[in-house]
Amino acid sequence: MKTPFGSEVLDAACRLLVPFIMLFAIYVLVHGHDSPGGGFQAGTILAAVVILIRMVHGEEASWGLHRTAALGLACGGLVIYAGIGFLALLFNGNYLDYGVLPLPLEAAEVRAMGTLGIETGVTMGVTGVMVLIFDALTTGEPKEEEDVE
Amino acid sequence: MRQLAWLTCLLALLILFYVGDDLPAVGDPTSPASTHVSPYYIEHSHHETGAVNFVTAVLADYRGYDTLGETTVIFTAGLACLLILGVQIGRSISGGRE
Repeated sequence: MKTPFGSEVLDAACRLLVPFIMLFAIYVLVHGHDSPGGGFQAGTILAAVVILIRMVHGEEASWGLHRTAALGLACGGLVIYAGIGFLALLFNGNYLDYGVLPLPLEAAEVRAMGTLGIETGVTMGVTGVMVLIFDALTTGEPKEEEDVE
Repeated sequence: MRQLAWLTCLLALLILFYVGDDLPAVGDPTSPASTHVSPYYIEHSHHETGAVNFVTAVLADYRGYDTLGETTVIFTAGLACLLILGVQIGRSISGGRE
């Protein structure tokens, strides 16, 4: 967004809210095993943080997630997910069979850790994609003359 | 042609009403959906995957391949948005445009 809504009140509210929303996103991600939640939901909540910063401070804010970083985050999330699948292949398991990962835990806990790993990948992917879509929708058509950066 | 479309819709609706009566009730314990894998998930998911919430166990563990596909779909949708709406990312892409 080129023209943020920024004002002192919004700025203060944003700075107050952002840590708690991020904390809640991490809670939803990590607690997905025991309660409703999981990677997709946590990713959307994290993206809400970035979009809040975008709306209050604009894209040029020194904190927040640049769209290049968002694309990297989306790619990285997918790579983590598929990578954990291939990691299981390396340890003589089936693809995405986390039970064979060499962690010093009980069998069920190893599977839980693998699930947490792929959920983290899903979170990163969803966060990146949500931010990218928000940018795509708010940027408008590409500028021909002026340099964006 | 228009009448034909209406007739087809009406016919489909009638068939739906006629057949819908024979579908198992929601939550019927003897329906095929709840006698095949569902009992297995309910009984074994906790000690096999360590997850109390067996929605997560099914989604991310038993059906992990499906969720990988979902993530790929979301990622592809994001890339498609970028390409169609023409968002510029980074220096390298903006420098290479005509």
